[in-house]
Amino acid sequence: MISIKNLHAKIEGKKILKGINLEVKPGEVHAIMGPNGSGKSTLASVLTGRDGYEITDGSVIFENKNLLDLDTEERAREGIFLAFQYPVEIPGVSTTNFLKTALNQIRQHRGEKNLDAVSFLKLVKSKMKLVDIDQSLLSRSLNEGFSGGEKKRNEIFQMAMLEPKLSILDETDSGLDIDALRIVANGVNSLKSKDNASILITHYQRLLDYIMPDFVHVLFDGKIVKTGNKSLALELEEKGYDWIKVKHSSLETI
Amino acid sequence: MSSDDQILEEFTSKEYEHGWSVNFEADEAPMGLNEEIVRFISHKKNEPKWLLDWRLKSYRHWAQLKEPKWANVEYPKIDYQGIKYYSAPKKGGKIKSLNELDPEMIKTFERLGISLNEQKRLSGIAVDAVIDSVSVATTFKETLSELGIIFCSFSEAVHEHPELIKKYLGSVIPAADNYFSALNSAVFSDGSFCYIPKGVRCPMELSTYFRINAANTGQFERTLIIAEDDSYVSYLEGCTAPMRDENQLHAAVVEIYAAKNAEVKYSTVQNWYPGNKDGTGGIYNFVTKRGICAGDHAKISWTQVETGSAVTWKYPSCILKGDHSVGEFYSVAVTNNYQQADTGTKMIHLGKHTKSRIVSKGISAGKSQNSYRGHVKVSKRATHSRNFSQCDSLLMGNQCGAHTFPYIDVDNSNSQIEHEATTSKIGEDQIFYCKQRGLDEESSVALIVNGFAKEVMNNLPMEFAVEAQKLLALTLEGSVG
Repeated sequence: MISIKNLHAKIEGKKILKGINLEVKPGEVHAIMGPNGSGKSTLASVLTGRDGYEITDGSVIFENKNLLDLDTEERAREGIFLAFQYPVEIPGVSTTNFLKTALNQIRQHRGEKNLDAVSFLKLVKSKMKLVDIDQSLLSRSLNEGFSGGEKKRNEIFQMAMLEPKLSILDETDSGLDIDALRIVANGVNSLKSKDNASILITHYQRLLDYIMPDFVHVLFDGKIVKTGNKSLALELEEKGYDWIKVKHSSLETI
Repeated sequence: MSSDDQILEEFTSKEYEHGWSVNFEADEAPMGLNEEIVRFISHKKNEPKWLLDWRLKSYRHWAQLKEPKWANVEYPKIDYQGIKYYSAPKKGGKIKSLNELDPEMIKTFERLGISLNEQKRLSGIAVDAVIDSVSVATTFKETLSELGIIFCSFSEAVHEHPELIKKYLGSVIPAADNYFSALNSAVFSDGSFCYIPKGVRCPMELSTYFRINAANTGQFERTLIIAEDDSYVSYLEGCTAPMRDENQLHAAVVEIYAAKNAEVKYSTVQNWYPGNKDGTGGIYNFVTKRGICAGDHAKISWTQVETGSAVTWKYPSCILKGDHSVGEFYSVAVTNNYQQADTGTKMIHLGKHTKSRIVSKGISAGKSQNSYRGHVKVSKRATHSRNFSQCDSLLMGNQCGAHTFPYIDVDNSNSQIEHEATTSKIGEDQIFYCKQRGLDEESSVALIVNGFAKEVMNNLPMEFAVEAQKLLALTLEGSVG
């Protein structure tokens, strides 16, 4: 689905990504873990086309298209979705209205007709259950005055509505209590299919108690330094990131 | 939503969409302004002597006044002798039925999306259409007159209902009120008149559509709305003009009189030509609008969406004379390129327990300047009065300006005044969030801006709200990135 090769990126002259290689196939769940400042969120920003990042080397092929050639909205319409670590507030715009606009632009891109009001509401109703989100929340201004948990649930609800091929969840577990975490994870699990894939970016392994990853990657200093399965996450939980830091910092000095 | 789709479609059209003009044969006054011109206009309209005298008095007063300079706007000196003060399409004038109307004129309004054909109109909106200086058609007159409602052109009202005109003309805005009201009082050529009798709820929206067509002319229309005890009316005003390189002057006066328990809702979507991207051309929109809640429990509500004009100077105001009367002002003012707007309201509390509410949303883009100027005055007698004001500014880019000038005078100790103000920028984060969901940049901005202005837009009648949404988006087209 997505093939990232030797990806290098800079922000304000500072090298953040230093040769990322990652291959994600349909149906897979990949977890990317790493200490603060290792480049996790930068990877999410680069994949979604955020301004301010300079790609200095490497390639990203998404569904046979050169992803780096596409604008942010084109990538979104092609099926890349980012669940934000800090979802932004848009006063005066309800989640429903926002999603209707987004969904119709994506549909137009695919050459499909806009959804009429009735079908749209039906879709909303069916997806609401997945993340246990309340109707009243959807008619309020987007994310305005939402609690941390409500914002994250809203992100997963949007993901459910837009049915992306590749979902990138950026620290979706941060700031969530156990109940909210379970609801969010249930949502993600029930959206999983053999045709879509997800990349979970996380600092802690506790999200992985609820969402079973096929692969766990450790990102450190802009590179994936270790890949394994769920047990790698548990090892990190136990030992912390220090042993990785020591190992790779020392390698560099040699 | 289909309106959102329309917004998107409209985004692709780059220029001011009403920028065409039609060649009507026109009956015009010679250029310039003097007593002879005032007499010429009055004579053209076959006016009674008292009205001519009123005009002349206004003219003489105006001639002694100096143009006000306190607004936060800059424009080259206006040559008042370089303007034609009267222009009437020759085939307009008096018509008995809409069938007699020049087909070219009907087409003009069809192009603007205004149908003058009563059968064709689905929703109940009665229209008074004004081109340049004269009213050319008023629809649904008969339906309304069965209820005793008078809705006609101002000139017609002068002849048909002189007692009402004599009583109310200049009663809310005296001719000498300010420079532009004095000018209007001297040379106004037409406009709309509306009278709602006691106890009548007007069953349809009344609407005036103003169109400046001829070159080198000013438009000076006058609207007078009288709502008797326990009546209700909702009134809409829309305006467009052709694109021209020179600036054109529009100095209108709107007076509203609301008696006991009466309610008047006045909505404006102002889309005069704003000038081009470099600031050449455009309409100078210097308008005086004021309503009086003369009786107890009366209510006047102004809603305006200001997207056009090169320079706007406009403060729709309420005099809250009756006890428990209510004044409201909801405004969205958008400026782009080199547009300048200085707009706001005055709420004059005279009666006890009077309430006013001001919601102003200013959106500045390009190199424009957008000012809110408001005055809340609570007199000694207006005990237990309340005002709430909210002024929010949204900036796009870093070359525009947003300014707020609130003036508050309270002369008693048990009234309550609240003022809130915010200034924000459209965040890159917000735009990125929208784009990540598949929205392109223009529709992201349209969505954010319409969200910002929502509280005001919700006060517009449905049909107008859709048009206003489109206009907001169009005005800001190309202002990001």
